Amino acid sequence: MIGATDRRWLIAMVGIPTFFHVLLVWIPALVTVGLSFAEWNNLDPLTAIRPVGGENYEVIVTVFGTRLFPALFNNLALVFFLFACTAAGMLLAYLLDKNVRGTAIYQSIYYFPVVLSLAVVGFIWKSVMFSREAGLLNLLWPGDPIDFVGDQTRLFEVMVPFTDVPVGISRNFAALLIAMAWRHIGYVMVLYLAGLKAVDPSLKEAAAVDGCNEWQSFRRVVFPTLKPINVVVAVITVIEALRAYDIIAALNVPRGTEVMGTLVTSALIGEGAGRVGIGSAYGTVLFVLCIGFIIWYVYNNFREDER
Amino acid sequence: MDGKHSRGPVRGRSARRGFARRALVLGTVAALVAACGSDDGGGTITLGSNYSDEVPRAALAAAVDTCDLDVEINTVDHNTYQENFNTYVQQPDDVMAWFAGYRMRAFASRGVVGEISDVWENLDGMSEGFRSASSGLDGEQYFVPLYYYPWAVHYRVSVFEENGYEVPTTWDELLALAEQMESDGITPFAAANDGRWPQMGMFDMINMRVNGYDFHVSLMGGNESWEDPRVKDVFARWEEILPYYQPDVNGRTWQDAATAIGNGEAGMYLIGTFMVDNFDPEAQADLIADIDFFAFPEINPEHGQDAVEAPIDGFMMAADPANEEGAKALLECLGSADAINAYLAVTPSVVGAHADTDTSVYNDMQRKSAELVGNAKYISQFLDRDTDPDFASSVVGVALADFLADPGQIDSILATVESQKQTYTFE
Repeated sequence: MIGATDRRWLIAMVGIPTFFHVLLVWIPALVTVGLSFAEWNNLDPLTAIRPVGGENYEVIVTVFGTRLFPALFNNLALVFFLFACTAAGMLLAYLLDKNVRGTAIYQSIYYFPVVLSLAVVGFIWKSVMFSREAGLLNLLWPGDPIDFVGDQTRLFEVMVPFTDVPVGISRNFAALLIAMAWRHIGYVMVLYLAGLKAVDPSLKEAAAVDGCNEWQSFRRVVFPTLKPINVVVAVITVIEALRAYDIIAALNVPRGTEVMGTLVTSALIGEGAGRVGIGSAYGTVLFVLCIGFIIWYVYNNFREDER
Repeated sequence: MDGKHSRGPVRGRSARRGFARRALVLGTVAALVAACGSDDGGGTITLGSNYSDEVPRAALAAAVDTCDLDVEINTVDHNTYQENFNTYVQQPDDVMAWFAGYRMRAFASRGVVGEISDVWENLDGMSEGFRSASSGLDGEQYFVPLYYYPWAVHYRVSVFEENGYEVPTTWDELLALAEQMESDGITPFAAANDGRWPQMGMFDMINMRVNGYDFHVSLMGGNESWEDPRVKDVFARWEEILPYYQPDVNGRTWQDAATAIGNGEAGMYLIGTFMVDNFDPEAQADLIADIDFFAFPEINPEHGQDAVEAPIDGFMMAADPANEEGAKALLECLGSADAINAYLAVTPSVVGAHADTDTSVYNDMQRKSAELVGNAKYISQFLDRDTDPDFASSVVGVALADFLADPGQIDSILATVESQKQTYTFE
């Protein structure tokens, strides 16, 4: 039984965080959705907000389609790419979990990128790695220097259905993917390392006794026991891919590397932008993608659990 | 049950401590918020500043020191300051650093900055040009200029002398010089476009040389079509010099391009005079002294070299300053010769706006800058200061990057600009 005092504390402990969460996350999110149906320069008083229906959405898919669709495509490509990185991170974690000598050193090296600040990440990739004149990658590269940051030529091109907007992965976005992998792999590795430590070693021993080889023991025994971690990592991976922003922003958003996150910020808080309606429309598209995925994923997950 | 009860008080205490801490945090936040808005005149004047690099920061402090007022300077990293200005200007300091031209007018016409025409009545030594660059659409003043710096074609005197190059004054001479440099193994034009603003300067210069200053103003004001043959002319001219550019323009920072001038790899560089800031004032003093510039060559004789791009930096006042009297006194002081002299004593990379600025301390570059601007019939600000800032960065900046990546696509690029332009409301 829960006593009256305990209940009061319980309500307070759940209630206060919920209050702040709703106040700081959900109310702004819903206001953004509302503003996406309006026209407003945020320098004008609130009374100047003028409802325009779906006009902002029409504008971003038609007039600004050449910005929206490539950005969406980049986000989508990131989802697939970061899942590949997740697999790499899982492999690293599995290998490091075998207590190879110097594990702590390897772990630190792989995890290092996660703790660096945005400014440092930007400097490392822009000046130290990618610079056409002085970057490490270009010093090692034997041929003509490569413009990692600025080359917006697409590696391949497909047309968005019902439009004349071509999308594809540009060369500089491919280079940025390296930078993102550099960080994501370490992040995922730490999460899986924690999970693997919790796997009962007797399970693996039993599998070995039963004649499982390494792959079978991982696939049939270890992987299924990691399910809670898998859920967390899958959600993190998709959210990281959809909200990608910082490394791209640190490189000054080269043309060809735009993602939804950079479109939102430039239209919404860029200097003198004041195009709140259009920025909010970009933001709402992103919001719907994220929330849609999470609902779909959590729903499927719980349904499986019930079965 | 008992165990639970015995732990109860402990839990309670820790939770209460959490409350106390949260209350403390909230209290601090409230105090900060209050501190922002509760200046009751007193004597202190707050000055919001984006002069965040070491040298300009010291220079501004020196300028403010000449005023003998109680001023509190709040310095914010300049990128952050500019990017968040829309938000900041609604709860600003009494006086805030900003830029002249459209970039000021956009705020003035919305009434979020204060009118300071009475300050201008007391300002002497500001030319008509500076007054108009400081005026809103209503003809009143909203801005006090401190300094400016021109954009011009920079080069190294020693490189020109060694190779017998002459400063070009016409487009044909420029192309001939570029051809000559190419055959001498020097890349004719250092070029950068990281951040998508450096090449706006090239567009502006060719446009003002081909079509004149009035067309520039009209185009920036949203009154001309970007598919107009006159705009296409600009890009056709630009294409003539593109083969002489450093390759891979879009990924290069202005600093890396400046370095190419410094080490003699490249011959010419259209950029603001701030390019010398890329070099160490002490260790590379000789190199800095070796750098000179010339006005962008004439293309259309009708316009000659009559326009120059010279962004003006200065200050605005809050719409409703906590200390209005003090703010106006500070603005008047910052518009004086004493203030700019103190500023220039710390950094010589810019030119004073005030007519009585002490030019005896100018270095050659400052003297030439003042001359270049003084002789110009028309002074533009810069593409992103002469039009809607979001239109400049999100539409024109993107279009210029696309043009540099694939000049052959210019027709469809300009069609996109024109259609996106329709979604903006210009002044």
